[in-house]
Amino acid sequence: MNGSEFTQNLLAAGVARGTPLLFAVQGELLAELSGVLNLGLEGIMLASAMAGVAVAHFAGSAWAGLAAATAVGALFGVVHAFLAVTLRCDQVVTGLSLVFVGTGISSVGGAPLVGLRQAVPHFTKLPIPGLCDLPFVGPVLFSHVWPVYLGFATIPVIYLFLTRTRAGLNLRAVGENPAAAAAVGLPVTRLRYLYVVLGAGMAGFSGATLSLAVTPGWVDGLTAGQGWIAIGLVIVGGWRPLPAAIGAYLFGAIHRLTLDLQGTGIPLFQDPNTGFFLNMLPYLAAVGVLVAASLGRRSGAAPTALGRPFLPGTTR
Amino acid sequence: MRLLVEPRLVQSRVVRFGAPAAGLAFGLLLSAIMLELFGIPAPAAYLAIIESGFTGGLFAISDTLTVATPLILCGLACALAFKTRLWNVGAEGQLFLGAWAATGVAIALLPAGTPGFIAIPCMAVAGFLAGAAWGAVPGFLRARFGTSEILTSLMLVYVAAHWNNYFIYSVWSDRGFQMTRLFPRESWLPRLSDLASSWPGAAGLTLHAGFVVALLLAALFWFVMFKTRFGFEIKVTGISERTAHYAGMPVRRNIVVVMALSGGLAGLAGMCEVTGVVHRLQENFSPGYGFTAILVAWLARLNPAAIVLVSFLLSGLLVGAREIQPSGIAMMLQGIVLTCVVAADFLTGNRIRIVKDAARTEAP
Repeated sequence: MNGSEFTQNLLAAGVARGTPLLFAVQGELLAELSGVLNLGLEGIMLASAMAGVAVAHFAGSAWAGLAAATAVGALFGVVHAFLAVTLRCDQVVTGLSLVFVGTGISSVGGAPLVGLRQAVPHFTKLPIPGLCDLPFVGPVLFSHVWPVYLGFATIPVIYLFLTRTRAGLNLRAVGENPAAAAAVGLPVTRLRYLYVVLGAGMAGFSGATLSLAVTPGWVDGLTAGQGWIAIGLVIVGGWRPLPAAIGAYLFGAIHRLTLDLQGTGIPLFQDPNTGFFLNMLPYLAAVGVLVAASLGRRSGAAPTALGRPFLPGTTR
Repeated sequence: MRLLVEPRLVQSRVVRFGAPAAGLAFGLLLSAIMLELFGIPAPAAYLAIIESGFTGGLFAISDTLTVATPLILCGLACALAFKTRLWNVGAEGQLFLGAWAATGVAIALLPAGTPGFIAIPCMAVAGFLAGAAWGAVPGFLRARFGTSEILTSLMLVYVAAHWNNYFIYSVWSDRGFQMTRLFPRESWLPRLSDLASSWPGAAGLTLHAGFVVALLLAALFWFVMFKTRFGFEIKVTGISERTAHYAGMPVRRNIVVVMALSGGLAGLAGMCEVTGVVHRLQENFSPGYGFTAILVAWLARLNPAAIVLVSFLLSGLLVGAREIQPSGIAMMLQGIVLTCVVAADFLTGNRIRIVKDAARTEAP
């Protein structure tokens, strides 16, 4: 395998594997910008990925699975919003407890689904006619399952929504200073509910993208920490949509790099022992970029009211 | 019509104990519904858990206390960090490394035939230090750079798991099996079943000396937290880092020290588990003790006596759930119960009234 082919495969796989991360990152970004931290991502993605496979299997349709997964994610969002917004619980604790719930549900419900793998109805690749034949760019960008293309589309949409629309401005106002936002007449509670549920729904969609399109089938612990990496990417991206999106694709590629390096002829990477250390790579890279981001942190990058419940009628 | 939330001015005793109990009951009910949804008969599952975790005689209690040992240690580890408002959610990884270091001492460092009174303390120190080092990393990154310790401590769990796998599958693999060879008999922690020659009733009881260590450390935790300057400093740091700083407390150093001690306790749990229970290092020797410990610490409200009690109850659940399939049931029950108790916690400080929609504070 020559260098350009290696790069091409790596980038293509990075784009595919980065897509579930992308949706999760964007969902978390919306929730956090509204001032609510959702640490439950890993559990939500697992439960939805499992639900997606289960429904796709029993209904015989990947579309039904995708819809069910998104609904499960949104349902988690309702629970989280109720705990964090209405009951004003500690968001770290509620988020962690949702990780338990989601992981447990995925493990219990997924037990009969292990081993179905490719037998589950799933989305197959949908190369875009014409574009997919372009050299290099075609395989990297235009020969994928359809959620990947949807992912491309969401990047400018979310960017423009946050920077150019009144709704996006309102969203950020609620996360920066809920008291001021309430004073100018924004329904703080309702907006936070909206974006927490939307964000969790996107995490659910992300889980299904994983289990029904990118790596079809269910195995226990399918996400392998990707929910946590998504939360990290929001921080690393400084709560800005474009750097967060780039980070998602980057980590998609890093996940894939472990496999690709072992496929090269380099003796170091053919030694099976190296594999254990290559497998650490995504997690060490996540720690590395988190540290780098905290070194270069611009002041006030995080939404000011992030993690802080708002009591309507007060200035808190 | 809408819900109005008001702070409770007076917290009666009924509310203070009733709310968590109601949360627990609601959580168990909700879990039962989930179990039935997945086609698992809930009453039978609950009865099986109670039987094999608690009421099944001496064996059940011995098994439950054996599982409670790492839970108490990791629960103390989490509670220490949480007191400082450091979210060490990586106790599982610190436990892995503690187990790894203890294993290295037992099968690679010490010559065969080293007597137990030398081998076991060496393994304990190694386990503690390895866990402490693994915990100190997120602590240092947090103190020095302000990096979120939630994410770094969690990422390091995955790194620790792969690190252990490297040794389990390759370096220390026993004839190619995915486990190390058994530790020399001398380096096993004493167990109740060792007494079987003089007391036949003890045959087959797996409870090991680590449990006593865990209880002693719980007492030490209480002493440090309530009777020492260090305990006072970390409590102040937990309430307000800035106040601690202005009062001249070494906040950054304490953050690293707390995370290291927290990791050390979890490492000790790993050491106890490999030398007291499995007697070798293998994959999946922990059913997520380090994660369950987060719940233990939180449900116990960071109180060491309550940590022992909650650990006992949750380990009964873990032991019981080993008997019923699929294996995720324990995790699901824990999560649902924790969520409900956390939600119920709110009711101790507030009450919810349903009011007719008259005056809105928020415009539509």
